Amino acid sequence: MNVTRYSNRKFVIGIIFTVIVVIYIVKLFTIQVMDSGYKLSAESNVFRKVVDYPARGLVFDRNSKLLIYNESSYDLLVTPKKVEAFDTLDLCEILGTTIENFRKEFQKAVKYAPYKESVIFKQITKLRYSHLQEKMYKFPGFEVQKRTARRYVYPAAAHILGYVREADTALINRNPYYKPGDYVGVAGIEKSYEEYLRGHKGMKIYVVDVKNRVQGKYKDGIYDTLATVGKNITSTLDIDLQMYGEKLMQNKVGAIVAIEPSTGEILALVSTPGYDPNLLVGSDMAINYPKLIRDKFKPMYNRALMACYPPGSTFKTINALIGLQEGVININTSFPCNGGFSIGKHVVKCHHGGSLDLVTAIQHSCNAYFCYEFTKIIGDAKYHRVDSAYSNWRRRVQSFGLGKKLNSDLSQEVNGIIYSKDYFNRYYGEGHWSAFTIISLSIGQGELGFTPFQICNACATIANRGYYHIPHIVKQIDDGKSSSIDERFYQKQETGIKKEYFDAVIQGMYQVCEMGTGRAAKVPGVKVCGKTGTAQNPHGKDHSIFEAFAPMENPKIAIAVYVENGGFGAQYAAPIAGLMMEKYLNDTITRKDVEQRMFNANLMDANAQMKN
Amino acid sequence: MSKQRGSNIFLSLDWIVLILYTILVFMGWGNIYAAVYDEKYNSIFDFGARYGKQLVWIGVSYIIIILIMASNYRIYSVLSYFIYGGIIVLLALVLIVGKESHGAKSWFELGMFKIQPSEFAKFATALALSKFMSAFEFDLTKFRNIAISVSIILLPAALILLQPDMGSVLVYFSMIFVFYREGLSGIFLWLVVLGIGIFVTTLQYQLIVVIVALVIVAGIWYLVLGKNLLNAFIAWGAIAVLTAIFWTINHFALSDKFQLHYLIVLSCFILLIPSAIYSYIRKEWVATFIAAGLIASFVVVFSVDFVFNNIMTAHQQTLINVFLGLENDPKGTGYNVEQSKIAIGSGGFTGKGYLQGTQTKFNFVPEQATDFIFCTVGEEWGFLGSTIVILLFLALILRIIHLAELQRSAFARIYGYCVASILFFHIAINLGMTIGLVPVIGIPLPFFSYGGSSLWSFTILLFIFIRMDASRDELL
Repeated sequence: MNVTRYSNRKFVIGIIFTVIVVIYIVKLFTIQVMDSGYKLSAESNVFRKVVDYPARGLVFDRNSKLLIYNESSYDLLVTPKKVEAFDTLDLCEILGTTIENFRKEFQKAVKYAPYKESVIFKQITKLRYSHLQEKMYKFPGFEVQKRTARRYVYPAAAHILGYVREADTALINRNPYYKPGDYVGVAGIEKSYEEYLRGHKGMKIYVVDVKNRVQGKYKDGIYDTLATVGKNITSTLDIDLQMYGEKLMQNKVGAIVAIEPSTGEILALVSTPGYDPNLLVGSDMAINYPKLIRDKFKPMYNRALMACYPPGSTFKTINALIGLQEGVININTSFPCNGGFSIGKHVVKCHHGGSLDLVTAIQHSCNAYFCYEFTKIIGDAKYHRVDSAYSNWRRRVQSFGLGKKLNSDLSQEVNGIIYSKDYFNRYYGEGHWSAFTIISLSIGQGELGFTPFQICNACATIANRGYYHIPHIVKQIDDGKSSSIDERFYQKQETGIKKEYFDAVIQGMYQVCEMGTGRAAKVPGVKVCGKTGTAQNPHGKDHSIFEAFAPMENPKIAIAVYVENGGFGAQYAAPIAGLMMEKYLNDTITRKDVEQRMFNANLMDANAQMKN
Repeated sequence: MSKQRGSNIFLSLDWIVLILYTILVFMGWGNIYAAVYDEKYNSIFDFGARYGKQLVWIGVSYIIIILIMASNYRIYSVLSYFIYGGIIVLLALVLIVGKESHGAKSWFELGMFKIQPSEFAKFATALALSKFMSAFEFDLTKFRNIAISVSIILLPAALILLQPDMGSVLVYFSMIFVFYREGLSGIFLWLVVLGIGIFVTTLQYQLIVVIVALVIVAGIWYLVLGKNLLNAFIAWGAIAVLTAIFWTINHFALSDKFQLHYLIVLSCFILLIPSAIYSYIRKEWVATFIAAGLIASFVVVFSVDFVFNNIMTAHQQTLINVFLGLENDPKGTGYNVEQSKIAIGSGGFTGKGYLQGTQTKFNFVPEQATDFIFCTVGEEWGFLGSTIVILLFLALILRIIHLAELQRSAFARIYGYCVASILFFHIAINLGMTIGLVPVIGIPLPFFSYGGSSLWSFTILLFIFIRMDASRDELL
């Protein structure tokens, strides 16, 4: 009887079947419940996220002149599987690219996804697009996506305005907002105010089938977001003054910074040689950026914010104020000047005879006076020790915003150089240095390095008789609030030096421009206060420096001008500062001959020779 | 009770099977509707669409059931060879006049009807095999009997192979269970199961997993065949203890670290070789065989692993991996399996909800109404729904096995096992394929997959048995 003999085998068969079913259920559990990777894969299969790119905000100058706007630009997209035979040469000619380059990009697109569209050529200009549009019917599988490109109205102020470029991998990894293909401001206002200017991207989520054909909106669009246009920004810049400054500085290496002392608003910020900001727009960037980077004059380098020069004699105003506040001198203190100040064999040369008081010492930029004064500051008995007196002096210098970042809204600022006492203690040994060791600091040479931006701010501090507002480049962000810029720009940064001391120094600076070294900066009908300076340059001819503000009472503009290899302050920096102030205050230039001389002066060839 | 059974076919009909069948068929229909569902175009009774057609096929299936239940149960036994012969003719004919589709000549096209004879060959072969094996003089130890019964299976299988339709051919190998039930030595069943299992698992899992699984399986086998619970546990315990000792020595004393699976194998060799010899002397064949089998299995595992990793070229490895559905390359050769797993995997615990599946709706899954219909279940009903479907299938098959054992006629019993084996093979291969456990073999999921031929053939296959079962008291 077979039936009974093997009937218990039904259990074996049943157990085998059951065990296999259990294995399947376990496997289902792992892929459905344990492993979330499949859910992500499913999403990437069916969702096509279409980004709605907002236009960037516009930028205006202080007089509401448009500086930056957007222009339509076009990206060429391709869906490889839809492409039919077409005239490659024709398309390449329209795009202005080579066939090899185009083929390379096309292969990339094929590799990326045959059924998905991908960008093959970016930022096609309006002109090229108009040609392309006529012939699009000849290129099946290609589509055009509208984007915007930045346009800069004036070929000026490149360092302030900055530029935008496509977000790189590092940024995308750091900041989840950015996705490949996004543009981001990388310098100037474009960078500092990126969050306002960029607006907010919108996103539409479509559901697609296996051939990437759109099947509708995901959940009827409840997860879609609308794009918000970027906010418009009003800059503090006076574009006319800026352009004029750039013209005065043509063929010269250097910087001009102009600030409105009562507010800290930056009126002009010139760094030469500069470049036309439109060079770094769209597909042109790929060609121009390497050229600018390789240029030996470094046009991308923002000298106004980043170049540290010794302040030269302009620094005497600061030392005078510190001396007065510390009480080591008073307004009437005189020191003898007999052709210089001697320390052993070393002589800090000077050219005056007899005895000078403070105002005259500033007027004539007397080296000896400020050497004596500096020995008094550093040797001040109330601090007991030289290094304590030095630290106090350093703190006072920094209260003018010198030798530290001002925390403005321009990103490229550097600290500058003003060493702490530890540096000298380490270098000379504790107790082995005195005012005489560091005497060159008294006249702004030696171990000091300030940027034109910092010097201009210090000058504005003097103009304000004791305080400054942190310089800033943006006046207003159009987001409906009246005081929309950062709170810190409204706060006075006090130096702690009495107003009456400033009056004496300012009197000296006035005399500089009336009958001293800065006569070239005189502006007809305006009381100008200024101070010349010469930064010693071990590599070549000295740098010409001038700082000034005007009018003397109720100042409207503070300015610092640096001309590399320009010699004495009076030679180039003072006349350029004068012309700038005249332009800003009077809007007409009376001294056409001076203006012409400045326009024509070419210091770059000489500079180039010296560097070689 | 037994009198009542015979008098009224509706009282003797196995309602459990009919209910399970009905649930599965309509669940299948609902999922076909979801698989081809289109928001813009969705009338349920659109007979041009697949779900509309499937509804017609389901209707016809119930008519077939009524016809079968109304028929005389004896005709299946009497006509079995004629039905088989007819199907063989059709299988030969389809090779000549058949319509080619997907590279295989497997369809007759009669006007608007398309019929796949290989689907119907399953029940015909099952009938013929049952008829032959139920003969009074049939004896599985006689070579002639084995040769003929194997030929009954191989003839249609060979014709189908010529189409070629590999999936349908493999189904016939499921008959191994029928032979086992009728007295074929368990060794053959185990060898088949073990061989396939070792080959696939060695390539799919790490060696340690395979080795441990083998030790456990050998123990269970010993437990079942040797009926010796204590010895099985002693053997496991001894292996575990010895492995632990080796592990300790290896971990603390040796500078060259051996991987754990080598230690387990070493322990097994040390324990099993003496015990195999001992049991051989004592003529305890079960123990000898299991010990030798386990050692042989280890040899096979290491050779498969060695050949695959050290001798085969990268290209050959890829071919095998793709055949096994292991290649993880969404756009390449393993695309179908990967998309299928994505669809099922994205369903999560409770699924995305009916008609909410995105992967199946937008055609990411290939053949989603036919061979990959389970993707729709997995995506829209999640782990819960998938498990319920699998358990319903298991319940149906176990019920069939149970009923088969109640048969007094060997013919009906053997046929019942044929039905259970064929259904199980289809389900195991189809589901295994969609979740990446077995190679992609294109065979339908019974009662679920779209298609009249497959639905009708499974209906006929199943309900001929249910008809026999209804009259089991009369049939001898």
